[in-house]
Amino acid sequence: MHMADALISPAVGGTLWVVSAGLIAYCARKLKQTMRDNLVPMMGVLGAFIFAAQMINFSIPGTGSSGHLGGGLILSVLLGPHAAFLVIASVLTVQAFFFADGGLLALGCNIFNLGFFPAFIAYPFIYRPLAGGAGSVSRSWIAAIVAAVVGLQLGAFSVVLETKASGISELPFGTFVLLMLPIHLAIGVVEGLATAAVVSFVARTRPEVLAAAPVAAEDKTGLRPVLIGLAIAALIVGGAVSWFASTHPDGLEWSIAKVTGKEEISGSDGGIHRKLTAVQEKTAFLPDYGFKSAEAAGVNAEKASAESAAVESESWPAVTAGTSVSGIVGGLITLGLVCLIGFVLKERRINV
Amino acid sequence: MRFGNWFEIGRMDELARQDTPVHRLDARAKLLATGAFIVALMSFSRYEISALMPFCLYPFVLISLGRIPFGFIFRKIIIAAPFAIIIGIFNPFFDRQPALVIGSFAISGGWLSFASIIIRFGLTAGAALALVACTGIYRLCAGLERMGLPRVFAVQLLFLYRYLFVIADEGSQMKRSLELRATGLMPVGLRVYGSLVGHLLLRAMARSERIYQAMVARGFDGEIKIAQKTSFQSADWTFLFGWIFFFTVARTWNISDWLGRMLAGSAP
Repeated sequence: MHMADALISPAVGGTLWVVSAGLIAYCARKLKQTMRDNLVPMMGVLGAFIFAAQMINFSIPGTGSSGHLGGGLILSVLLGPHAAFLVIASVLTVQAFFFADGGLLALGCNIFNLGFFPAFIAYPFIYRPLAGGAGSVSRSWIAAIVAAVVGLQLGAFSVVLETKASGISELPFGTFVLLMLPIHLAIGVVEGLATAAVVSFVARTRPEVLAAAPVAAEDKTGLRPVLIGLAIAALIVGGAVSWFASTHPDGLEWSIAKVTGKEEISGSDGGIHRKLTAVQEKTAFLPDYGFKSAEAAGVNAEKASAESAAVESESWPAVTAGTSVSGIVGGLITLGLVCLIGFVLKERRINV
Repeated sequence: MRFGNWFEIGRMDELARQDTPVHRLDARAKLLATGAFIVALMSFSRYEISALMPFCLYPFVLISLGRIPFGFIFRKIIIAAPFAIIIGIFNPFFDRQPALVIGSFAISGGWLSFASIIIRFGLTAGAALALVACTGIYRLCAGLERMGLPRVFAVQLLFLYRYLFVIADEGSQMKRSLELRATGLMPVGLRVYGSLVGHLLLRAMARSERIYQAMVARGFDGEIKIAQKTSFQSADWTFLFGWIFFFTVARTWNISDWLGRMLAGSAP
């Protein structure tokens, strides 16, 4: 669920950048206060471990598909929330820089969605109370699954909110929620199972490793009431919606097929299809109409072209064939020019 | 995470070690210019296409001047594309008002905004990849740190990057031996998985302990020093403000449209 730059507005991306940068600074300060020296290489190596662990898959019982470790929750269990948040943020940064997996503008969103919820909500408020001390095995399994599910549901819901607030995707809110939450319910269960399997193995073989993990945020920063309120609100919304949704764990393609299928069905019983044909009929007469209105609006267009492009394109329903053609021709010419410049620069360095 | 990616990340390092005019620029100048590029690009209205074209110049110039193979960047963009495509592809379904008319052929707003998303995805991802390929993780982290990134986090990024290959190697060894011994049983059940990945984790932790010992033996006192002192030269200022000027111009006036009207003479 790495968001890409292409779906985010600068306002949303910038806001989440500020939030994530603030959280990174907060965690860095917290770590500095309580830092054990050997945590420095430990954090680096565990970040690398998250990458490596994703190479190994396990089969999900009863489905025929396979899953792997996500990372947020197990890092919190091993390192405590502050260090875990920094490790998740660093993993996401490396993914954005080297794999174009989530963009730079979207990095703040991704760090918040995939780091904040597991480290500061799911781990301290769900995993720790449910798992209790180093006691029963079944409790820690349940704790891991519930915590992973909640963490991912909140993350997925916040992906929906951020995308919606950016206004670039046309997906209606409800459809998007129904698309994201059930998928991430399934992913959450898988993540929980994987986390629990690894944690219980470590608890059996090297229990001292788990005991060394710092306890959850016991500081009294005043952050907690805000977070709890936010968590409860989001939980109610997220939980309620995914409760009603189907939990068929077949992944993204299935959901899309379902959504697009629905779209077709609703089209066949009249509404959209009929509207579309009507639109097409109308557009067949448009060139004539378009040129006429272009003439009439000639003075206005002249003025508008001097204004910013945003204003111009906001009035898009009033497009004319004339502006469309010049836009296309100009776009192609510009692209050609850019390619030429790139080519010349490349040539030049070969000659030099 | 696909296996192919691991070798490509090494390729990225190789590219970053070159010595070209863009490689020599201060990392901060490139970071800020790329940030301005992305913000300017994403601030266009959702139906914009022609005005985006001048923005191709930035990644093209970085790639050409930085001697980065175009195909390498392109392949990485394609690998990362699915999310943008999956979310964007809904636009044509929900936005069916005609927005662009060519002769008697109308294109709906949804397809227009979908195309816009794809173009913007390619450009933003391309610019980010080109930035890394002509800067490298080390200078990038040093630059970020001097721009106010907490040192703990900068060090964390460097450590993570350095041990990616090492731990990934152990992971792939494990995977290979599993494949050889358990033919046809892949992927494994949950119990086996737990012990496999658990072992990987314990090995990683043991390694971090050894790294720590080695660091202490070499005088590590809890503080990592990043030894990269660069200063903003006139070339850096020129690069940064030149691009910001260009982005401002291209954001304010639709250069493509202007060119098209001048050459096609179809002034509306």
